[in-house]
Amino acid sequence: MSTRLATGGRLIDRSSDIRFSFNGKSFRGHEGDTLASALLANDQVLVGRSFKYHRPRGVVASGAEEPNALVNLGQDNTHEPNQRATTTELFNGLQATSQNHWPSLDYDIGALNGLFGRFLTAGFYYKMFIHPRPFWKHLYEPFIRQSAGLGRAPDPETRDPDTYEHFHAFVDVVVIGGGVAGLQAAKAAADTGAKVLVMEQTAHWGGRAPVDGGAIDGMTPGDWIKKTVEALDGMENVTLRTRCMGAGVYDHGYLLGYERLTDHAPFMKGPRHRLWRVRAKQIITATGAIERPLSFAGNDIPGVMLASAVRDYLVNFGVAAGKKTVVVTNNDDAYRTAIALKQAGVQVPAVIDARQMGGGVLMEEARALGIRVETGRAIAKVKGGKRVTGVAVCSMAGGGAMLSEIKCDAVAMSGGWSPVVHLWSHCGGKLTWDEERAFFRPDPERAPTSHDGRPFVTVAGSANGEMHLRDVLEGADKAGKNASKAAGRKPRRFAPPKGESAEEAPLRPVWLMPENAWDDLRMKSWLDYQNDVKVSDVQLAAREGYESVEHTKRYTTLGMATDQGKLSSINGLATLAASLGEEIPQVGTTTFRPPYTPISMGAIAGEARGEIFQPIRKTPMHDWHEKHGAAWEPVGHWRRPYCYPQKGEDKHQAVHREVLATRDSLGLLDASTLGKIIVKGPDAGRFLDMLYTNMMSTLKPGRCRYGLMCTENGFLTDDGVVARIDEETFLCHTTSGGADRIHAHMEEWLQTEWWDWKVYTANVTEQYAQLAVVGPNARNLLEKLGGMDVSKDTLPFMAWADGTLAGFPVRVYRISFSGELSYEIAVPANLGRAFWDRVVEAGQEWNITPYGTEALHVMRAEKGFIMIGDETDGTVIPQDLGLHWAISKKKEDYLGKRAQERSHMADPNRWKLVGLETVDGSVLPDGAYAAAPGRNANGQRNTQGRVTSTYHSPTLGKGIAMGLVHNGPDRMGEIIPFVRDDGETVVEAKIVSPVFFDPEGEKQNV
Amino acid sequence: MLTFQCPYCGVQADETELHAGGEAHLTRHGPGSSDKDFEAYLFMRQNPKGVHFERWRHVNGCGKWFHAARCTMTLEVFGAYPAQTTEPPKRILDVITSKRPGWTWRELS
Amino acid sequence: MSDPVLPLGGAQYEGLVDVREAGPQGMIALRGDLADERLQEAVTQLTGLPMPGVRGAQVMGESGVLWMSPDELLVLVPYRQAPRARAQLAEALQGQHALVENVSDMRAMFRLRGTQLRDVLAKLAPVDFARDAMPAGELRRTRFAQVAAGVWLVDDTTAQVFCFRSVADYMFKLLCAAADPDAFVGFHAG
Repeated sequence: MSTRLATGGRLIDRSSDIRFSFNGKSFRGHEGDTLASALLANDQVLVGRSFKYHRPRGVVASGAEEPNALVNLGQDNTHEPNQRATTTELFNGLQATSQNHWPSLDYDIGALNGLFGRFLTAGFYYKMFIHPRPFWKHLYEPFIRQSAGLGRAPDPETRDPDTYEHFHAFVDVVVIGGGVAGLQAAKAAADTGAKVLVMEQTAHWGGRAPVDGGAIDGMTPGDWIKKTVEALDGMENVTLRTRCMGAGVYDHGYLLGYERLTDHAPFMKGPRHRLWRVRAKQIITATGAIERPLSFAGNDIPGVMLASAVRDYLVNFGVAAGKKTVVVTNNDDAYRTAIALKQAGVQVPAVIDARQMGGGVLMEEARALGIRVETGRAIAKVKGGKRVTGVAVCSMAGGGAMLSEIKCDAVAMSGGWSPVVHLWSHCGGKLTWDEERAFFRPDPERAPTSHDGRPFVTVAGSANGEMHLRDVLEGADKAGKNASKAAGRKPRRFAPPKGESAEEAPLRPVWLMPENAWDDLRMKSWLDYQNDVKVSDVQLAAREGYESVEHTKRYTTLGMATDQGKLSSINGLATLAASLGEEIPQVGTTTFRPPYTPISMGAIAGEARGEIFQPIRKTPMHDWHEKHGAAWEPVGHWRRPYCYPQKGEDKHQAVHREVLATRDSLGLLDASTLGKIIVKGPDAGRFLDMLYTNMMSTLKPGRCRYGLMCTENGFLTDDGVVARIDEETFLCHTTSGGADRIHAHMEEWLQTEWWDWKVYTANVTEQYAQLAVVGPNARNLLEKLGGMDVSKDTLPFMAWADGTLAGFPVRVYRISFSGELSYEIAVPANLGRAFWDRVVEAGQEWNITPYGTEALHVMRAEKGFIMIGDETDGTVIPQDLGLHWAISKKKEDYLGKRAQERSHMADPNRWKLVGLETVDGSVLPDGAYAAAPGRNANGQRNTQGRVTSTYHSPTLGKGIAMGLVHNGPDRMGEIIPFVRDDGETVVEAKIVSPVFFDPEGEKQNV
Repeated sequence: MLTFQCPYCGVQADETELHAGGEAHLTRHGPGSSDKDFEAYLFMRQNPKGVHFERWRHVNGCGKWFHAARCTMTLEVFGAYPAQTTEPPKRILDVITSKRPGWTWRELS
Repeated sequence: MSDPVLPLGGAQYEGLVDVREAGPQGMIALRGDLADERLQEAVTQLTGLPMPGVRGAQVMGESGVLWMSPDELLVLVPYRQAPRARAQLAEALQGQHALVENVSDMRAMFRLRGTQLRDVLAKLAPVDFARDAMPAGELRRTRFAQVAAGVWLVDDTTAQVFCFRSVADYMFKLLCAAADPDAFVGFHAG
């Protein structure tokens, strides 16, 4: 059993008492524990079930590499799946539940899968569930969905109560990893005066060194770490962050750091996570190394752990993973675990060393402590079900014939170490295979390069393949100095600290144990614990022709999911290489992609949630609309009133009322969102002639003209009224959503094509609040406000004038998008609300009716006016819309002219704009297609047109629509069939003129 | 995420402050041009593995369009220059030649 | 005529820094040849301030000149004087290719005060706000989260942030979130 020892545990406070629960059962731990150490202290060895076979899983590691101990944390709105128990700091009230089991962790029905383990081989899903086809949807998929999946997604109805934020930091050097290598690299860099940021993913500085021992400058690693952290903390140019993981390295020195501020103490206020968005001149990755498992049968049974993890739990938390722990290894480092256990009074029945000659001084030290060491031996298989009961020992050389059996309840395994090269590799750093030590390490000749073409990542410590303290510190010192030099600083000549640790004998690469393990053993030798991939699966994939490591990953699922193969990757690709008869470097690794471990969606979103999820643009009259019950419609980022339903009204009734009130008397629209762009200069007219399809240079000051804008490929992109202010100045109105886009379009042409033209633009959209006063009483209202002459003669249709109304400085445009007598009045935005209030008050006698975008749409449709985004969709040219009158024949050139001459654009068979009236008076469905006889090659019904706008017209009392129809204008009066959403029901509509109301314009020209 | 130094205001701009505008140094073909020229102007683009010339706008900044030469493989930036030119300046070409001997892009080399 | 109304009516928040909606501020957009002597004279005479260099912010009280781009200045004047200042500048630049517009109503301004200023700003913009990179008197146009914005430091603990008027509410809420008193960072030494 695993248990807390009476002494030891450098990170825990034994005087503290922390209560937590696992699967509803309550447990106790200490401050400083991780969830994993606390569970082990309580003999909770079984912590989860595997993905495919639901095999029992125990804690195998002690850090970010943990593949098994994934739990659901929290409840309801704080519920979060797939959290690693090994990196979860314990706090009072922590609630965790295990994953992937049903009905309970101890008895799991899915574990039956394991009984058929023989058949669930690599690619099983692909091979098995393909036929018969209907079975997939109704049988296989539901079953797989029920039994697969990691964790449980949070309830979609809950809302994360926590806050998150981003932080942009610019530094000379970032050091990722706060072990002794990272600290020394940081110190060497900081000594040059460089601005240094150090990120450590755990809550503690120093990494593995305090556990592994040795000496630095004659001190214990712990003392040296304390001294160095204090020194760094006192330097103004250094920022130290714990619980902050270097998540990803990207182009041009960009780096993401994931800081977990309150996960360890949820009662704390403030953001839960902070995403550091760093630009660094240089990045040092001192990310350490991860121990590899050994592949022997039963290596996934709870109680089999990495030797380093067994040591961590012992030294850091005073927890023994078992009462009797067998150590199995191919290298010297695991002897440290055996020695530490023995010294702590835990039984170590044997060390099984795959090397014929065994190891060096550490082996001798173990022997001297009375530990039995068996060299040239292997584990044939581990015995046990939900926990280890013993191991069968065999010769390393054979196929697995048992020589002896050792009773034990834990196995500490070590297959050697793999440098954590992830962050080096994220942005293109290449690796080299170290034959002697059997691992990939960064190739300093092929480092990631930055915007200047120079390397910007260096590696320090065991991440660089340095395994001896002496080399670690020397290398880290050099990395710190070199990085600060590359960042433009002058390194100081301080000597690096001296590291001392035991010399180690070479390891023996072991990818399978024993060497020629029989079939049945290989089928129980697990490579990937999380995804249930065995040695036999990778071998099968190789036999079936999978040569690429990337394909093998997808086929076998090796190295997928939350841990991304931190433990399994090297063993897996070594197995693949052996099966293919190739060298490991030829097979290579899969791609390392950020983030290093999963980061929260909240951290990615940062502040962008709730009210500031996205910017909402508000006009100066926004609050008035809100107070008067506006139903909102998003237009770009703007919010515009769709209509203003009154008590007892639905939206449809409100729109109906607004249209009739406007047509009968007086309506009021907030038109502030319309784009307003000043175009000024001696070449302004010439410029606008190029931008608009019609002629703008001939417009007289004081007058307005409606214009169309196309992109260079001929398609209609925007429209609006242009007012000529003076000889050199125009004001161009754009659509509500189009102001920024059209302003950018203008600047692009001016800056990049016609840079010798004398034209300046300014987007003054938000300088003005704009009100449309619309209806037969519009002039009466303006005259009542008083201050300027708005008579028919002084201010005729399509004219504008500056003046004052009710004492407000205004510019009045007499333009109409409704067919009514209409004035658009611009006032400075800071006065907009006051002016609006004044207009509403003055308009009472005419029942002034504020109307929204829908009434605006209905009224323009009644008049046959097009709307950008309804009648246009990026494939429509002005000629399709019968707007030939707005296309200048005199101009040699305008943007889009050449494209409109292309054969497809000039094709007489294009769909053209017409009006549509249903025979029964109903409203056509929006976007409906008109069916034509016959079917196309895909068996779909042929079409001859589609609806672009469709409304119930309150004015005419029937459904009206506009649409694009094949040869439409030549087919007036013809009835064509439109098909409803169901694809069957037909609505007949007659092709008519798109101008449904007041075709002579008598109402607007009064 | 890339950075470019804006040649107008000198800011070392973050990619999120910029708007990408595609290939640089296109020649506009308007009315009267052949179908082939117009097609090339509107649609045909380089897709090099290596040296490339692009347009960028410092949109969340001084608002100016500039050109940049960079390597699409390594993302090395050879330099940025104002957009009011029909061809890259010599100093940019020299930098590229020193760093990527034998490079070609359209008719440039 | 009524008094001008600020987009948020003068909103305030106290947190890691004090956030206060400022203004109204008179603003004249001036586009032209910034090297031209007549233009320079018109601007310096109007404001009583020297011409700013590239990215410069020459500001004194309600008057100022901000370098917006190689051919654009934002001239700050007291709000009530903006129409007259516009006319004065336009008059001075008569016959010259230039654009002069009164844009006093199209932006929202916020004043941030406090020792944690640089940390708060660094939460929202991809900009180096370290003292050496962002000294007082330098204007940086950038984005704050999802909207375009400009910022300059009046002194080491005071910044002026502006954005378009329509997103004033968004900007204010952003600044409040960033200034959450429980969200201390401690990166830029206060």
